[in-house]
Amino acid sequence: MKSDKLIIAKKKFNSRLIVGTGKYKSMPECAKAIKLSGADIVTVAVRRVNITDKKKPLLMDYIDPKKITYLPNTAGCFNSKEALRTLRLAREIGGWKLVKLEVLGDKQNLFPDMIETLKSTEVLAKEGFKVMVYCNDDPLMAKRLENSGADAIMPLAAPIGSGLGIQNKVNIKIIRKQTKLPLIIDAGLGQASDATIAMELGCDGVLANTAIAKAKKPYEMALAFKNGVIAGRQSFLAGRIDKYLYGYASSPKTGIIK
Amino acid sequence: MKNIKKIKITVNGKVKSIFDNYTVLDLVKNLNIPIKKVAIELNQQIIDKKKISKINLKKNDKIEIVHFIGGG
Repeated sequence: MKSDKLIIAKKKFNSRLIVGTGKYKSMPECAKAIKLSGADIVTVAVRRVNITDKKKPLLMDYIDPKKITYLPNTAGCFNSKEALRTLRLAREIGGWKLVKLEVLGDKQNLFPDMIETLKSTEVLAKEGFKVMVYCNDDPLMAKRLENSGADAIMPLAAPIGSGLGIQNKVNIKIIRKQTKLPLIIDAGLGQASDATIAMELGCDGVLANTAIAKAKKPYEMALAFKNGVIAGRQSFLAGRIDKYLYGYASSPKTGIIK
Repeated sequence: MKNIKKIKITVNGKVKSIFDNYTVLDLVKNLNIPIKKVAIELNQQIIDKKKISKINLKKNDKIEIVHFIGGG
């Protein structure tokens, strides 16, 4: 089988599963789950250093940024200004240019504010960032993001952390048809089969955090997601059969004993 | 006795008293922060980590020191 790598902003990755590093019980649990998931890219948040508790463990001590690509995100930002400030700081930490832009518009449903997202994408692309953009599953907005210089389109499956799985397969398929950019399902997945479905729709990858971190057994779920993504990709590449309304026997109709 | 003046600055939202001859590097060292793993903003302007030994802190300066933590 020829190599089938995920390519984002000209960089190649072996795994098509991107995992988040939030919501785990501990840093060691997070690190082990990531290892089991086989992910090459992990999302990370930018936050204030705790200056009063200096013994707090650091993420970089558990997940080596030389071995795994850190994808700084703007989670928690509700406007373009905050998002730009966050990502410029992220770049300053150690030269990170590949980033995940996420500008939220509503505190309850956590849907993205696409006007602010679009504005931010333009600015970041001009500043030399490689921007992977969290967005809603709207083909028109996806097109606009592409025209604004996005490096990957990351539509939600469902609200962040909801575990509802892909709600609008039709839109995801339309976005798939219209773009050559990496298409990565971000947010809302609940179980490994959701990841498989995303891959079977032709997506280039999936991003999961809560579904793994908050599973009853995070290690097992990390493995399940790894396998789910691989299965979905293989199934997509293999090409599914056409659908029929009626039965279509698998065994020959001739030579039946009388 | 030598009179050492102190000034107040804000670091990550918390008011902190420091000597008035402190540079940003002095502050980071005093807080025991691993400089390679953080980014620093002084009054909303990102500062070059290579130059922090030359940047003196002034009264009411606002410093933000950030790093990466777990997130989705």
